Amino acid sequence: MLVATALSCIFVRDLFAVIMVFGLYSLLSAGFFLSLKAPDVALTEASIGAGIAPILMLGTLALTRKRSEPQPRAKKSLRSALLPLVVVSLTGVALIYATLDMPYFADPAAPIHNHVVPRYIEQSGQETGIPNIVTSILASYRGYDTLGEAFVIFAAGLGVLALLGFLSDGSGREYWQFEDTANLRHHAVLHVISKILIPLILLYALYVQFHGEYSPGGGFQAGVIFAVAFILYALVYGLEAAYKIMSPVVLRYMMVIGVLIYGGTGVLCLILGGHYLEYGVLSDYPKHGQHIGIILVELGVGVTVASVMMTLFFTFSGRAKRSVLKKQGVET
Amino acid sequence: MTLVFGLFNYWVAMVLMMIGFYILIASGNLIKKIIGLNIFQTSVFILYISMGKIKGGAVPILTEGTEIYTNPLPHVLILTAIVVGVATTALALALVVRIKEAYGSIEEDDIHEKDGSL
Repeated sequence: MLVATALSCIFVRDLFAVIMVFGLYSLLSAGFFLSLKAPDVALTEASIGAGIAPILMLGTLALTRKRSEPQPRAKKSLRSALLPLVVVSLTGVALIYATLDMPYFADPAAPIHNHVVPRYIEQSGQETGIPNIVTSILASYRGYDTLGEAFVIFAAGLGVLALLGFLSDGSGREYWQFEDTANLRHHAVLHVISKILIPLILLYALYVQFHGEYSPGGGFQAGVIFAVAFILYALVYGLEAAYKIMSPVVLRYMMVIGVLIYGGTGVLCLILGGHYLEYGVLSDYPKHGQHIGIILVELGVGVTVASVMMTLFFTFSGRAKRSVLKKQGVET
Repeated sequence: MTLVFGLFNYWVAMVLMMIGFYILIASGNLIKKIIGLNIFQTSVFILYISMGKIKGGAVPILTEGTEIYTNPLPHVLILTAIVVGVATTALALALVVRIKEAYGSIEEDDIHEKDGSL
């Protein structure tokens, strides 16, 4: 199934269809992750791959063009058609040859299961008091890595803002109704359904955020789900309404605040006499301190991810609106 | 036969990776290239998660009476990689938008033509 959808990405010309197929592909791989007993990853892939990524790609599409240019066949020499295929097959054969040395699938004796991981599985429950091992590794044992990830996301958000420009000159009055979504405003069914759905999605996001220690979930997933709820709102009710609730300026501050919560937790540990991000010192009981630290860090991640995702969406769609207006200006 | 079943998941990951790679180098459209890159990326995720699977392992959430858990380390790595992946994809898409504005096209050939390169 996965291979089939991926293959169809090659042959389909219509970019809109390619993006839809890609969303399907992501959803399928999320199901695959679930069957491999990785619920945290499946949750992330489902919300990102099938939710956010296609929306962003569609946003780009709205700004560029719909069809992938049919390449003139005659112009294309045999060499330029075959060369990629040859390169790809050679690399593929080499990689498959390399897998022959790998331990078999699900083999308990594989090296990956026998070094640092048994320690995490046996000790993390006592050391952090958190049942979800994925969360405790993410926020505590590998806290530095996750800090880095949060900064990468933050930096990407900044990069997109820098490339596509800020939404207005700061007056905040330059937002018009997005032409394409204006049609959606008059669909009563969509309105009623999304009115019911959006609070539920928000509630679910909060549940994923704060219950992440006990069940699959955590800051990354919660942030994305939260952002999806707002994007749905913006799509159905128009960008104007969404700006009223969550202005892009506030979102920009939120991005910074999220990263600061994470970094600040580390600094707080330093002040209290521990190492950077050593949560044990946050409370009299190390276990309790770990708990507080992990919740704070997850909160920081959640705020960063949610605000960056919303900023990305607003930036792309705001750009689309501006270019629509520019065209109208030229015509009139 | 054990060879085939033992390594099947990795082979699927390799095939997906090569499909992504092919889209990346053979297609001229920049958005399609990004989709290819994303497929490539997902295949790496599948490779990692497959390696983390353990026979009879439960979901890595501590519960009483469970002995074997699936390896949580790849889950952590991939979970963050997915989110970072979408952030970098967004950056790439933003670049595409700017290229479109500068060159009026998102086809590689047109851009080369305008630049006079190749």
